[in-house]
Amino acid sequence: MMSGIHDVRVPVGPQAAAITDLWTLMLVVCTVVFVAIMVALAIAVWRAPRATEKAAADLAEHPRIDRRLRRGVGWAVAASSLLLAGLLVASFMTDRAVARLPLHDAVRIDLVAHRFWWEARYDAADPALAFATANELHVPVGRAVIVTLYADDVIHSLWLPSLAGKKDLIPGRESTIAFRADIAGVYRGQCAEFCGYQHAHMALFVVADPPDEYARWLARQRAPAREPATAQERRGRELVETTTCGMCHTIAGTTARGRRAPDLTHVGSRQTLAAGTIPNSATERVTWITDPQKVKPGVDMPPIDLPPRDLVAIAAYLGSLE
Amino acid sequence: MLRLGLGMIAGQYRARPRREAATRMLRDGDGAGSESARALERTWSDARGIVGFLSANDHKTTGLRFVVTALLFFGAAGVMGGLMRHQLALPEQHVVGPDLYDQLFSMHGTTMMFLFAVPVMQGFALYVVPLMIGTRNTAFPRMSACAFWLYLFGGALFYGAFFTNTGADAGWFEYVPLAGPQYGIGKRADFWNMLVTYSEATGLMVAVDLATTILKMRAPGMSLRRMPLFAWASLVTSIMIIFAMPMVMLAANLVQFDRMLGTHFFNPSEGGDALLWQHLFWFFGHPEVYFIFIPGLGFLSSIIPTFARRPMFGHDAIVLSLITTGFLAFGLWVHHMFATNVPELGKSFFTAMSFMIAIPTAIQIFCWIATIGAGRLVMRAPLLFVFGFFFVLVIGGLTGVMLGSVPLDLQVHDTYFVVAHLHYVLLGGAVFPLFAAIYYWFPKLSGRVLNERLGRWQFWLFFIGVNLTFFPLHLLGLEGMPRRVYTYGAETGWGTWSFVSAVGQVINDLSMLLFVINIGYSLVKGARAGNDPWGAGTLEWSVASPPPACNFYALPVVSSRYPLWSPPGDVTHVRGLSAEIREALVTTVLDARPDTRYAYPNPEIWSFVAALAVTVWLVWSVWSVPGFAYGLIPPAIAFIAWYWPNKKEAAEEVSWETEP
Amino acid sequence: MSSRCRERSRVAALAALTLIAALVAGCERESRQFDPPAPGAVLARDRPTAMLVSRYERNAHALAAGKRLYTWFNCAGCHAAGGGGAGPALMDDVWIYGGDADAIVASIAKGRPNGMPAFGARLSNDQVWQLAAYVRSTSGLAPQDAAPNRDDAFLTRTPESFMDSQDPGRAIPSAATGAGR
Repeated sequence: MMSGIHDVRVPVGPQAAAITDLWTLMLVVCTVVFVAIMVALAIAVWRAPRATEKAAADLAEHPRIDRRLRRGVGWAVAASSLLLAGLLVASFMTDRAVARLPLHDAVRIDLVAHRFWWEARYDAADPALAFATANELHVPVGRAVIVTLYADDVIHSLWLPSLAGKKDLIPGRESTIAFRADIAGVYRGQCAEFCGYQHAHMALFVVADPPDEYARWLARQRAPAREPATAQERRGRELVETTTCGMCHTIAGTTARGRRAPDLTHVGSRQTLAAGTIPNSATERVTWITDPQKVKPGVDMPPIDLPPRDLVAIAAYLGSLE
Repeated sequence: MLRLGLGMIAGQYRARPRREAATRMLRDGDGAGSESARALERTWSDARGIVGFLSANDHKTTGLRFVVTALLFFGAAGVMGGLMRHQLALPEQHVVGPDLYDQLFSMHGTTMMFLFAVPVMQGFALYVVPLMIGTRNTAFPRMSACAFWLYLFGGALFYGAFFTNTGADAGWFEYVPLAGPQYGIGKRADFWNMLVTYSEATGLMVAVDLATTILKMRAPGMSLRRMPLFAWASLVTSIMIIFAMPMVMLAANLVQFDRMLGTHFFNPSEGGDALLWQHLFWFFGHPEVYFIFIPGLGFLSSIIPTFARRPMFGHDAIVLSLITTGFLAFGLWVHHMFATNVPELGKSFFTAMSFMIAIPTAIQIFCWIATIGAGRLVMRAPLLFVFGFFFVLVIGGLTGVMLGSVPLDLQVHDTYFVVAHLHYVLLGGAVFPLFAAIYYWFPKLSGRVLNERLGRWQFWLFFIGVNLTFFPLHLLGLEGMPRRVYTYGAETGWGTWSFVSAVGQVINDLSMLLFVINIGYSLVKGARAGNDPWGAGTLEWSVASPPPACNFYALPVVSSRYPLWSPPGDVTHVRGLSAEIREALVTTVLDARPDTRYAYPNPEIWSFVAALAVTVWLVWSVWSVPGFAYGLIPPAIAFIAWYWPNKKEAAEEVSWETEP
Repeated sequence: MSSRCRERSRVAALAALTLIAALVAGCERESRQFDPPAPGAVLARDRPTAMLVSRYERNAHALAAGKRLYTWFNCAGCHAAGGGGAGPALMDDVWIYGGDADAIVASIAKGRPNGMPAFGARLSNDQVWQLAAYVRSTSGLAPQDAAPNRDDAFLTRTPESFMDSQDPGRAIPSAATGAGR
């Protein structure tokens, strides 16, 4: 199964790298502060003499001790304030570094979050070249990407730990997130704002391809669905067009024109099903369409009540759609 | 000044007209065992029987009821937390399904924040503050009693709803539109909205009571400069609550209007805004953390001097830090919303504020360490919990600084890193001090000391358990695990640390079990406490344990910050208040000069009836639109009846005040 | 003594009954049954059992799902928001083929003359029942505490006189919402 990198400490883009640097700085400073405070406490406890509840409280004035304590506390407060000020400056500078990603020649993608999947739309000047895909963003390595974010139902949040942090998708509010992947690879992202029953299974994969591979991927995605090659696949397409599938899903080039669920035109080329929940293998495809509620309880897809042979045919057809 | 105070009281003394002219009213001021002490005890005791139980308004009774109920809710929420850790211990488990899991974490968060943390702190303050500042009851005991019943009924309904599968399921923050009319289906969010309205009304009532008590009812001579630090912490908290609570009540009601009355406050299509809810909620939600944290700081400032056998170093600095924290806490709320499209410049401002609020807390920590270092230490369980506080809270505070930074927050916001941070802050800042406070004040409220050996075991188990449960969550957050997921795939690699965390939770459970055992054991077999088992310096330790109904047979006169430690002044007590009616001495705000006297109304069952009537409104408004309006009729009747002037009493008051 | 005892047991019984009623009502309304009923129960499409009615009509999750499907499958194309258009109104008390659940299920699954298509092959049984339950709720036949609430959407549309050519209302460019290009 596809398991992309999803660690804050493994950056592959300039923004995540800047944030990782800030994280390292903060971690070092905070560890030093923590150790200093604990050592101070330990010394205080260790040096203070022991007493019992019966001992009279010490109310006498100790000008020398008080002066020393005042000095100590004063220095400690001054040092903490200075450290905080330093961290504040570091934070602001990182903020600027994150915002200063060069955006010329950026790829633009629209991303719409649904419960519980991601719809990605690659627009083009020629409407015939525009296409939609789901739960898998392909981006070219080394080129900036501007993703415009929309929420269809409730609030979601796009989190790409290895690329650029996160941004909320709020109904009625358009927002954008920009990032650049500098190394080819698969990077896992996930919905970070609680959105309902299947918030746990709402992953997104960013696949950073070298430019020529990205161009090939674009060309493949722009084409309509592949024609079925075998009898089984033909049976599968017939079922997709005539039963429940086509009510919600689109497969370009067929009569399946539903617009409520992930576009399946090239579903065979995707690595996972159900927003990163299960791998896109022949057996898992059958499991999924037989009873999606077993795999992802609360998802909108209903179980498909067809004989096993037909389910296998549908799965085979979908698998052929590369 | 003290003589003046005595003179004023003597001058103001009036015999109650209903008494025959020859017999003078019995006055307070004699020691235990005297006739006036017995009369005081009679006067201030709440009636027996079921009516007496329901109309009790002694601050000690109300405070203890709050604390015990809140601890029960703490236990319930802890069990839910345990279930969640159990579910997440291994990848792809099915201990609970997504629906129940959503309810569990929503109930856990809501209970901990609304039904445990705030009420337990307020309950403690209700119990301790009047004893600490030398008065016989809080300013508005009936209001606090009413608040308790509201809290109890609200909490019971909320849990009743949970057990009928109607538990809140959109998180303790109930973001719209998930909790709004379209996606918040069924009655789950309605119960949440009404519970919040309820528990916040409770908090508000107690806060008004406490703030008034602290400002106007301190013992003569206890000027603001001599006021104990816990009273300061309670005062700051109460004033913060008065400013912040109305915000969330308003917000919850706006959602309820959207859901029940068809308004569009949060509907973006019709001109509302989903982000509005977040602003309203966090404007309350961030200060909420400090309502929980500041009383905890107050506990520490009471406990540390006692066990270091010296006055607190930097008393004034600590007071100023508390007040500063109270102000700054209202300028941080947007750091919960850095991932939304709030303007960047605004975010920078909130980063600076979030960093700044670390400074007052740092000042207090340094002052405590200085006090410990300059004192002679009595190593007892409360002090161990104080040390636990230092370790846990400092980690939580430092990760808080990290979260205040916009770019870092964009990475770890809404991940397990935040879960780790908030548990470190709330366990360190509130629960460790709370256990310290329970070990510290338990002798006062029960008359017996908690077992020291069990206490040490409990501390070490809890300390290890908390760190084992919550430290790995930092790492999970960095490894990319978001919050509020009911399960995760094995390929994510989150299984190891989740399992460690689940083991830690079991240790926490053991620790809580020991705590319950310790309470039960010590109530029966604990060593007798006497007045002052710790040799502490504040006024609550001058009275018997548990305290008599009237708290003080003679109101003390205070001439220093630690009256029991300082040599007594020329005047130690005032006398002259009635021993036969409930009467309190009101003093001035700044210097606590005796100002006037105040006769309490007698305890009545109306505070209970009014709470019951408001509950009718709550339930009705969850179920029907007319309930919103007509449901207000029962509370209106109850409150009017409660405040209906009692002619006889009023005539007595007037003649009592005007007669020479 | 014994009468007080009897009184107490009567109060206890009353409290227990209330609790059970709340439990039953709460569970029926609030349960999120994501899996469709077992095949045996589904066979009852011709004759609704009480179980099926309570599972769909008194259940907030099923009703909300029905409402979503009503929009998704463009029922509004003919029946509008319930007021009717090319198809009959659904929010009144006139039912041409009967207003009970089984009649509505039959209308959706098998279609009716004069334009109502048969959706039986294209919807799962679960979906048909959800839709039928929702249709009944539009005329108030489902319990109010379970019935869906308003959507977070334009109740009609922004008044034309308020529209600005420079800044028209924004719609999500999504195939799935159908609101975009």
